[in-house]
Amino acid sequence: MSVRTLTIDGQPVAAIEGATILEAAKEGGIHIPTLCFLEGVSAVAACRMCLVEVEGINKLLPACVTKVSEEMVVHTNTPKLQEYRRMVIELLFSEGNHVCSICVANGNCELQDLAIEVGMDHTRFPYRFPDRGIDVSHPQFGIDHNRCILCTRCVRVCDEIEGAHVWDVAQRGAAAYIVSGLNQPWGEVEACTSCGKCVDACPTGAIFRKGTTTSEKARDRAKLEFLVNAREKHEWTR
Amino acid sequence: MTKIKFATVWLAGCSGCHMSFLDMDEWLIELAKYVEVVYSPVGCDLKEYPEGVDVCLVEGGVANKDNLELIRLVRKRTKTLISFGDCAVTANVPAMRNMLGGSAPVLRRGYLELADETPQLPYAPGIVPELLDRVLPVHEVVPVDIYMPGCPPDAHRIQATIEPLLKGERPKMEGRDMIKFG
Repeated sequence: MSVRTLTIDGQPVAAIEGATILEAAKEGGIHIPTLCFLEGVSAVAACRMCLVEVEGINKLLPACVTKVSEEMVVHTNTPKLQEYRRMVIELLFSEGNHVCSICVANGNCELQDLAIEVGMDHTRFPYRFPDRGIDVSHPQFGIDHNRCILCTRCVRVCDEIEGAHVWDVAQRGAAAYIVSGLNQPWGEVEACTSCGKCVDACPTGAIFRKGTTTSEKARDRAKLEFLVNAREKHEWTR
Repeated sequence: MTKIKFATVWLAGCSGCHMSFLDMDEWLIELAKYVEVVYSPVGCDLKEYPEGVDVCLVEGGVANKDNLELIRLVRKRTKTLISFGDCAVTANVPAMRNMLGGSAPVLRRGYLELADETPQLPYAPGIVPELLDRVLPVHEVVPVDIYMPGCPPDAHRIQATIEPLLKGERPKMEGRDMIKFG
């Protein structure tokens, strides 16, 4: 395995060939904000939070899927990127129906945390107030599509870690939504093992355990990490 | 010293932000040294929003014709307008009715479908303000100078927003303590 050297925010960083800019930055202690990215499952570059500028390329590239190359010069926090990241978060807030004050994930939500990080004190885009549904047909869990940002973490975690592939994305653009099974009520999907990994993966309060009320959602992210490490590195203890 | 003309208004919100304002406790006495409260549901008895207001905290979204009229007047007569709390900044819980799509379905749902006895739509022009089709955050109606999110913003956040203004400085609205929603 050969090593590539590159510059991130003026700092020289060495990374293994085939590593992504996000991995290289993490190695070098440089923080790039992410939202749809989840350690242990494949990266899809859906949310555009991790966009970076690479000198010599006139479009912004998602750090989670862009591979490093020799002598690459990367900027992760320019005023342009800060503005785009804030716009992405504002658009997510105005696209769905995100009512923090009554949400199970209030105080424990990655969307809310990112809003603080990018300095969003209000959204400059008009709210859409879409008509979205809630599915509480599963005996243990529920999904509130109003709070869904379509990061597809649930889709990936269910497919790649649990191997059940209960979730998928239906429709396109603003009409897109997460479906269970063949667009059936979640409770009727026989493939669901009720493992709860989608609850742990969901960055917002969209997928939750029944009985949790405002600000009560807790996630066991360590469980996902443990399973991935067990599978890939054969580390069987937690 | 001329006192700062200070106002607070209450549109479509639960009054929680105003309760949180009162929660500043003894600092209210300190605040009273610098400001003259010229209009407020919790600090003044005047019924007409006066001219020449320096700072106004606006709680609540814009939900009906009454709110709309008041917020336009407030904007015209106020130097620094602060969106005070999540309902003002995002329209928040009152705006959940927007998902029903318009004022007619909302009234139907509330006064006819869910009524136990004598279901009828409220209609009293000049007395009961008509609902707007959508509840809007304040900045979708008039320009806003400072945004103070929170449901409600806690007393510390309110004080940290107002205190710099007394010295003619702009508050720094950043970080978890100042801009976390919910």
